[in-house]
Amino acid sequence: MNRYFPHTPDDISEMLARCGVRQLDDLYADVPESLRLKEPYRLPAEMDEYAVRRFFDSLADKNSRIRTCFAGAGFYDHAVPAAVRSLAARSEFLTAYTPYQPEISQGTLQYIFEYQTMMARLTGLEVSNASMYDGATATAEAVMMAVASQRKRNLVLVSATLNPAVRQVVDTYARYHGICLVTVPEENGVTSRKEIAALLEARGKEIAAVVVPSPNYYGIIEDHEGLADLCHASKALLIVNCIAADLATLRTPGELGADIACGDAQSLGIPLSFGGPYLGFLCCTKALMRKMPGRIVGATVDSEGRRCFVLTLQAREQHIRREKATSNICSNQGLMTLWVTIYMSLVGAEGLREINAAGASTARYLLEKMTSDGRARLRYPGQPFLNEFLLETVFNVDTFIARCIQDAGILPGVKIDSNTILMAATELQSREDVDRVFEIATTCV
Amino acid sequence: MNRKVYGKLIFELSRKGRRGFRIHAAGQAQLPAGIPANLLRQEPLELPETDEPTVVRHYTNMSTNNFGVDTGFYPLGSCTMKYNPKINDEMAAHSVFAGLHPSTPTYAAQGALELYWTLQKALCEIGGMEEFTLNPFAGAQGELTGLMVIRAWHFSRGEGEKRRKVIVPDSAHGTNPASAAVCGLEVVEVKSREDGTVDVADLVPLLDDTVAAMMLTNPNTLGIFEKNIPEIARLVHEAGALLYYDGANLNPMLGVARPGDMGFDVMHINLHKTFSTPHGGGGPGAGPVGVRKGLEKFLPNPRVVKRSVTPDGFPVDKNRRYGIEYSPSALGSVSATLGNFAVQARALAYILSFGSEGLMEAGKLATLNATYIKDSLKDVYLLPIEGLSKHEFVFDGLKDKSTGVTTLNIAKRLLDHGYHAPTIYFPLLFHESLMIEPTETESRETLDEFIGAMREIAREAAEDPETVKTAPHLTPVTRPDDTAAALNPVLTYDML
Amino acid sequence: MIYYSKTHEYVRVEGDKGYIGISDYAQKQLGNVVYVDMPDLGDELEKGEDFGAIESVKAASDLIAPVSGEVVEINEALSENPRLVNADPMANWIVAVAMSDPAETDDLMDQEAYDAYCAENH
Repeated sequence: MNRYFPHTPDDISEMLARCGVRQLDDLYADVPESLRLKEPYRLPAEMDEYAVRRFFDSLADKNSRIRTCFAGAGFYDHAVPAAVRSLAARSEFLTAYTPYQPEISQGTLQYIFEYQTMMARLTGLEVSNASMYDGATATAEAVMMAVASQRKRNLVLVSATLNPAVRQVVDTYARYHGICLVTVPEENGVTSRKEIAALLEARGKEIAAVVVPSPNYYGIIEDHEGLADLCHASKALLIVNCIAADLATLRTPGELGADIACGDAQSLGIPLSFGGPYLGFLCCTKALMRKMPGRIVGATVDSEGRRCFVLTLQAREQHIRREKATSNICSNQGLMTLWVTIYMSLVGAEGLREINAAGASTARYLLEKMTSDGRARLRYPGQPFLNEFLLETVFNVDTFIARCIQDAGILPGVKIDSNTILMAATELQSREDVDRVFEIATTCV
Repeated sequence: MNRKVYGKLIFELSRKGRRGFRIHAAGQAQLPAGIPANLLRQEPLELPETDEPTVVRHYTNMSTNNFGVDTGFYPLGSCTMKYNPKINDEMAAHSVFAGLHPSTPTYAAQGALELYWTLQKALCEIGGMEEFTLNPFAGAQGELTGLMVIRAWHFSRGEGEKRRKVIVPDSAHGTNPASAAVCGLEVVEVKSREDGTVDVADLVPLLDDTVAAMMLTNPNTLGIFEKNIPEIARLVHEAGALLYYDGANLNPMLGVARPGDMGFDVMHINLHKTFSTPHGGGGPGAGPVGVRKGLEKFLPNPRVVKRSVTPDGFPVDKNRRYGIEYSPSALGSVSATLGNFAVQARALAYILSFGSEGLMEAGKLATLNATYIKDSLKDVYLLPIEGLSKHEFVFDGLKDKSTGVTTLNIAKRLLDHGYHAPTIYFPLLFHESLMIEPTETESRETLDEFIGAMREIAREAAEDPETVKTAPHLTPVTRPDDTAAALNPVLTYDML
Repeated sequence: MIYYSKTHEYVRVEGDKGYIGISDYAQKQLGNVVYVDMPDLGDELEKGEDFGAIESVKAASDLIAPVSGEVVEINEALSENPRLVNADPMANWIVAVAMSDPAETDDLMDQEAYDAYCAENH
């Protein structure tokens, strides 16, 4: 018997007797013979723990060793406090189901409530849901939510400066759901306000929402001051896609008058893990609270008057509303909300600002170095940025990335094309790392 | 589980000037000049100011008010709460993968891509499918992705606009119709017979050239195997539609039959159910989608591929075999990355730990455990459908209805006995549904103790119904006021 | 005069105005109402189309317009206290519309027919 099955041969025969059958196969007498598996799965034989570990180690050895990461494009390499890793691994949290039984799920419900509070404060909006899958699906859901909350409006404007990986997901959801998207062109690396105004002027009555990022795909902090008023004048909602950690320093969607904030919260200390699990967030104004997709936790009291927490506003959800639900999401990224909640508790607001500042300083040093010999230049000079920027290079980006990985164990950025690279910095890279990257750049042609 | 409520919130532990984590290099950094003031945050952010010991105690204490599979038996129907092997967690946290950026060039991430590809192939073998994508983040997103595959296929044949209906059994979980609606499809319900199986006579007239697909779980929500599946598949295919397998109930089919062999064209698997990646208090999960031959080109971007020769016939360096592709025929993208990679790592560790032999046994033992509970309790609980069932089954409350004790009361009283409650009031076919799924990782002793508790509650319902009706009595909190919560939503600490 | 639809909305006709709400049977089925999602003043309702939703803790149902017309009044009291619907569903109508076609009540049920309809469906 496999090590995870507690059954002894005696258990099985006695249990079969209780069930009134002679062998396990008798329990499947209703499965037509023609459908039955004729032979065992063609899969490897059972491995013991050591073998499993060796297998994963052998896979790990096939990756290049990367110790420093200047790659971003929405996902950033931040320090993960040991306490986060340790607490999030507690099996009371890890092995629980969705908290449908509040009496024995106060742990889960309470951290989600804390998470909702912290995200609301971070985005400057009033309420948050209990998470979406990732930043891309959060943005797609925000678009669907905006359309659902507006009667007879089915057009959404999306800025060209939104991360294309996010845009692809928004496009896919919109296409199948039947939402029409119109791209707002960019001007010098930022969303064209003029074009938004013109579109609102021309088709204002059809437009349910306007989606803009900040920082955008190129790392530029866009100035959205006054945009909310422009949208609201046409009764369109303003959706701002943002990078969670940056909001400790940058103007919040709430301060801009946005209706919905969405994006990825990976930047709040979630490991890169080759793409996931990350954490999509979605926050909105109180007016839109009942249109939010996904689970939401609320405070209440129990029969003895004690403060406690429950899943609430469930009438929006798929298990009750079926095809009329605001979204089909059930499982979300639950445990990752615990992760970022503990992260924010440990780091604090001041710590987040320091981390923002450290990334921004290193990014400036990186830019200065990389452009010092005239072989690379900023694509959008003069535009404000926090910790990421787009660089045009004289040298070949593929060669540059390959050499950085091979010679120094450094991933220097995300390739856009053979002569364009997106580079980002966080608190984790040193000036020596920057110097090394520059040194390698000087050897590339 | 600690039966006393902990209840404090982190905001209440905050004291000005405390810090729980500090990066020394960052501590000296100043925000560089040059960012215009109107682009900066106007109101300072307020987060808790807490030291590490305080934070660790807070979340440790909070966790003790939670019940997980590691705490005790979790017979939650349709959720497959099996034991989560610890080796899975260790593999998921492997430092090499944990630090890997999703934009790492493929030549530098061959091991990670091989991991993804290996799991994809294992799922093909288990599902009887041609190809899988592991990108979808959860079962619901897997359903949505699968339906998009189906629509993309119909579009490729010029029938996309015409075929806009999805047939779903009236006993299906609400996610099926919700996913169909998100995908822009209209839901048509097909009636179930008394035992929850599809009423084929009701199905036939629904099948015309406006139908895109039919969605099914097999076994169904009552744990009953849909014997007519070959017939249903034939009818659906004859109507030019595709058959979708909702993998929520795949567990009992492990080692017995494969959805592909049953005639399903598209399926999803909940890795957090059948393949034991933990539920994490609601996620992250993963909902890989498999398709039969002919549909693979519609799977979402990005796709992991393995090549031994290049498209123009040159051999591929063995260190560069795995790649990532974006195909124009794909339905689009449902994720920015390759999905919940660390969850995929857990599922692969699980599959390797069980191996072919272990997986061949898992389904049957899950069914044995469920049937054992059913046959041990059907003298006191009302079993509406006799006969064979699989990994789960449904009681329609107590046999003796005179006590006024409801399924909700029984569920809450089970909490006092140290068990998680079964799924209640689903499926909607019965008034007092109590859906029990024990999984294969529970020992006979655990099952016997649970059976004992269920009998004790039935006895108590007859002798002292008030105690059952006012349960739970021994939990950290009892009977929270749901109505107050929904009437005046308090969703943040600042709204308290 | 009060008319009912098969989806359990009523319309109380007063001149050109129709006051739309949900029936006593419907509020009982729903349980404690926690939220009523209402249209805006000036919205055009179309007979047979949904114009909002009504929610309890564990259930929700769409509000289907029994007649067409422009929304001319909204029962604001329901945003403050949605449970008024439970207390007295007939007094606590949800919206009033300027009915665009009085003949639309023809295929609705009167009290007697509706009572019989509920009894049959129970």
